[in-house]
Amino acid sequence: MTPEIALLLAQDGISTGAIYVLVALGLVLVFLVTRVIFVPFGDVVGYAALTLAALQLKQMPGTVWLVLTLAVLATAMETWALVRAGEASRLPRAVLVYAVLPIVPAVLVFFAAGHDLPMWLGIVLTLAIVLPISPLLYRIAFRPLADASVLVLLIVAVAVHFAMSGMALIFFGPEGFRTQPMTDAFFNVGPIGVSGQSLLIVGSSALFSFLLFVMFERTLIGKALRATAVNRLGARLVGIMPQTTGAIAFMLASALAGISGILIGPVATLYYDSGFLIGLKAFVGAIIGGLVSYPATAVGAILVGLLESYAAFWDSAFKEVLVFGALIPVLIWQSLMSRGGVEEEIEEEEGDG
Amino acid sequence: MMSRLGVGVAALVLSVSASYGADLTVGFVTSLSGPGASIGIPYEKGVLAGHAYAAKVGDVNIKLIRLDDASDPSAATRNARKLIEEEKVDVLMGTSGVPGTIAMAVVAAETKTPMISLTPSSQPQSANGQWLISIPQPPPLMVAVVVDRMKKAGVKKAAYIGFSDSWGDLVYDGLMKNVAGSAIQVVTNERYARADTSVAGQTLKIIAAHPDAVITGGSGTPGALPYLALAERGFKGGLYGTPALINPDFIRVGGQSVEGVICSTGPVIVAEQLPDSNPTKKVSLAFRDIYQKTNNASTSDAFSAYSFDAWLVLLDAAKRALAKAQPGTPEFHEAFKDAMLSAKEVVGTHGVYNFKPGSFYGVDERALVIVQLDHGKWKFLP
Repeated sequence: MTPEIALLLAQDGISTGAIYVLVALGLVLVFLVTRVIFVPFGDVVGYAALTLAALQLKQMPGTVWLVLTLAVLATAMETWALVRAGEASRLPRAVLVYAVLPIVPAVLVFFAAGHDLPMWLGIVLTLAIVLPISPLLYRIAFRPLADASVLVLLIVAVAVHFAMSGMALIFFGPEGFRTQPMTDAFFNVGPIGVSGQSLLIVGSSALFSFLLFVMFERTLIGKALRATAVNRLGARLVGIMPQTTGAIAFMLASALAGISGILIGPVATLYYDSGFLIGLKAFVGAIIGGLVSYPATAVGAILVGLLESYAAFWDSAFKEVLVFGALIPVLIWQSLMSRGGVEEEIEEEEGDG
Repeated sequence: MMSRLGVGVAALVLSVSASYGADLTVGFVTSLSGPGASIGIPYEKGVLAGHAYAAKVGDVNIKLIRLDDASDPSAATRNARKLIEEEKVDVLMGTSGVPGTIAMAVVAAETKTPMISLTPSSQPQSANGQWLISIPQPPPLMVAVVVDRMKKAGVKKAAYIGFSDSWGDLVYDGLMKNVAGSAIQVVTNERYARADTSVAGQTLKIIAAHPDAVITGGSGTPGALPYLALAERGFKGGLYGTPALINPDFIRVGGQSVEGVICSTGPVIVAEQLPDSNPTKKVSLAFRDIYQKTNNASTSDAFSAYSFDAWLVLLDAAKRALAKAQPGTPEFHEAFKDAMLSAKEVVGTHGVYNFKPGSFYGVDERALVIVQLDHGKWKFLP
């Protein structure tokens, strides 16, 4: 391996890692606030990329039907719950949140599909239609079980993943897609060339990670999210509704998934099921961060990207083995260091619930 | 006495007319749903075209029963049993995946039912002997033709990158077998998974080895990934592939980066461009015509043509078997098996078929031509 190749591999690893950073941050955020290991996260990434690809090919993205179905289901569940609780006066608000808000982007995409759209409009529409997916899934699958154990939530998440990826096969078919590149720029930095797209990926990843940091530190919503993560019962005592913070966490996760999907679309051929693998690798990054620390998660995700890139060079047939095998030493290290810290916290919370 | 005779005569007449009216029943299985549907559906359209082309052998009608296996080998096995036990089929055809086909072949051998495979499959050893033939080209032959072209092009160093699954292994083994004793040296054996998002590392290793040409062992849209990465790194050498890449979605995803890729393929893909001397040209054009009429769409894939060729081999073998026995009887199964294993010069769309006992494949070099991607269209390279 020459230094030049090492640099190229590092560059490739960092730009893949930057995508994993966004996904891993979303996973950690959702886990801390709702204790759900959101396995379908990767599928949402895939939906975002495939939606944009379908719009660019002037086809109707199946995401429209997914969002409509989810919206109808969620509205029906919410209505039923409110009627049973005798709180019919809150119905208009529920219909606005669970029916009108998700259906608006779906209708927009429905009418925009088939037309020649400028790149930015396609991206905006894709983000708009992907945004409601996770909060609606939360309302349908996870909120009714909010007090269940982490394991039950994980099992439900796996089931939701299979449903999502099965539907993606129906909507998008078995063939792969690539979206058009957002920029053709190419820079020569010393001995190596850097593509504008990979700069865009790393830049966006850094920007959105920073925005997330600012939100947690400076805004009321961010502080409410942090409070719920630290102690659900305490948060409820000071007037924070766990359902609301849960929905917000899932919405943020959806946004992060949408951005990652749009960024990775032009550099990788994506299939109906490739989102899952992206989610899984980001999860390895999140584990390196112990599923608690955002900065450690970001570092972990970048490490996974680098490991993947170098492993592909050294022995491509064993690439996945090396990436997922890296989990074992990390888990051993963490169980030695934390002395059961994470598990204890969770058990404590479960006791509270 | 007379009445008894009358009954006897009537019974005789009935049995004769029954055997005269017996249809030849063909049981066809394919994947119309599940992950294999994208190739399973063309297989079905091809067999429909075949049935429309000829629904009779002599005076005997051919009855076609079609079942979906949902890309699941255990469903393919169940379908095979159902077709044999309930529908009493004379011949099995199917299915669109190799694992499902092998599962069906086990049932076929066990029940002594002749079977025509539409995928490059072989039948596991059975005490009942060989009951299976495979229509497609064997993978080593697919690679051999490409390697010949590389030799002609003066390639000295070739790099390999393929799937990290059995297809990648098949192509690599075929490549190594065919370069043995030639001037070509294979410098890399890189692998990637179907769902991989990047092959940058593998590509760098290939470029560092300075090959004259790269040959890939991928298929469909995932097969485009190495070409995209090579183009990104400015690779200027020759690009080679296998028939598994011949798919409109490969061209859509690959775009400019797959221009100039050279593949081997069944001649049916470029039937219009073939010289008139090519034996398959006439059959291929007839197939295009009947496919258009049956399915109301034009055909550009290789899979429907395999089904059509299976139908032609069936017609040929059935003609000779019917001279010996009546359909629906074990004697007919035996006669059909012998007939299909002695098929001589049956001209199809993919090649000319000559089967003999001991081998599952019936095609030779005539079943493969070299094509090159030129402005998004496959061009025949003589």
